[in-house]
Amino acid sequence: MTGDDTKHLPLEDLHTAVGARFGAFAGWSMPLTYPAGVMKEHLHTREHAGLFDISHMKLFEVSGPGVVALLNRACPLDAGALGISQSKYTFFLNEAAGIIDDLIVTRLGDTRFMVVANAGNAVEDEKHLRALAADFDVKVEALDRVFLAIQGPEAWAALSRAGIETGSLLFMHGIEPKQNWFMSRSGYTGEDGFEIGLPEADARTLVAKLLEDERVLWIGLAARDSLRLEAGLCLHGQDITPEVDPASAGLMWAIPKDLRASGSFIGADALRAILERGAAQKRVGLKPEGRQPVRAGAALFDADGNPAGHVTSGGFGPSAGHPVAMGYASTPLAKPGTKLFADVRGTKIPIDISSLPFTPHRYRKG
Amino acid sequence: MAKTYFTQDHEWLSVESGIATVGITDYAQEQLGDLVFVELPQVGTKLSKGDTAVVVESVKAASDVYAPVDGEITDANGALSSDPSLVNSAATGDGWLWKMKLADESQLAGLMDEAAYKAHIG
Repeated sequence: MTGDDTKHLPLEDLHTAVGARFGAFAGWSMPLTYPAGVMKEHLHTREHAGLFDISHMKLFEVSGPGVVALLNRACPLDAGALGISQSKYTFFLNEAAGIIDDLIVTRLGDTRFMVVANAGNAVEDEKHLRALAADFDVKVEALDRVFLAIQGPEAWAALSRAGIETGSLLFMHGIEPKQNWFMSRSGYTGEDGFEIGLPEADARTLVAKLLEDERVLWIGLAARDSLRLEAGLCLHGQDITPEVDPASAGLMWAIPKDLRASGSFIGADALRAILERGAAQKRVGLKPEGRQPVRAGAALFDADGNPAGHVTSGGFGPSAGHPVAMGYASTPLAKPGTKLFADVRGTKIPIDISSLPFTPHRYRKG
Repeated sequence: MAKTYFTQDHEWLSVESGIATVGITDYAQEQLGDLVFVELPQVGTKLSKGDTAVVVESVKAASDVYAPVDGEITDANGALSSDPSLVNSAATGDGWLWKMKLADESQLAGLMDEAAYKAHIG
């Protein structure tokens, strides 16, 4: 993508005004850090409330008499079993059961759903969804919204102070609290929190109110990445890709059991074949010994020097207090406690397979 | 009396009696953000100008710091092993990276003084 095509956030002026440092991500110019710095931003989110501008992500409203059938075809999902306001983490799979994108689908009404997709895949997702929709009686609408996330143990209190009550909303549920608003209790940090899609003018008012509260701080993309990595959450394009299936990625929990045998979603046959023969490698958490971070792309070896896998995400975990990483290891080795080695610039760094997450999830489930 | 030089790559060198103490500038540490690890060089390593001497790692990324001149490493700042954030808090002081014995002092002539460096970063 050339510089001219770079997309800009609708609220970019607000980030510039508080001294954000910008960088390119998925075709967007995004705030990477604010003057507080990634370490403080990360820890502030875990202790108080972090405000993230995630308007690079895309919301699609999918509606019509055929919407359940469409979603059951597009995703390994029993869309009809979702109650109103219930959200589900799911995927678009290709015919080989590779993950085109990971998504959150929320049921808004009998024949109306919200689909939240990743920035980097939004164009392809929309094309994919529209192509499938042609076979069903369904309307796909790409919404023009600012999308904000507020995450952390004080997120609900800060929203309440700003006039948004969240009391009865539980983790992985989403509602429409005002016209053209969508608010779900979900996020990408492992903390309790909310994601809110809303019109730009409303967003400016809400942001101003939230930032009056000293518990709320803007948080950049750098801390968003370290928070999600500590929480063991996948980044599409790194930890999961169209070449990786949900079984290898350790994401079968997202697919209802009966669908594994009987589902007619795209990729169902390929996924059944993979489950029958067993995935050759599995996604694992990785904890490097010592202080040196091990980053995406590093090759993994067993004690005898044989190739054992690779790292897909890695960095430092400010809350964990040590380097953290995620990657793929060949299935026989993919057990917590296995000791491997990562090649970092020619040096073999001892690295242990570790259970995920590195920091416990603190979701509000009930 | 030590004399201080600067490079285009945002390093500083403080030179006294043929030994240069090398670090990154305050501008550079600000660009990198919070450092979490510094990979220090072995004493005795001979480097040519432009070779990677040190790798500094922030939460997000690893960055090379290059040898600004030819020379041999005589010391590395061991304090950074336990506290890499010294580079952020004191880039031009306690956050120094390594010391090297200069192989060719005439190379210093190609570096900037503080005024020229300030103009360089605008």
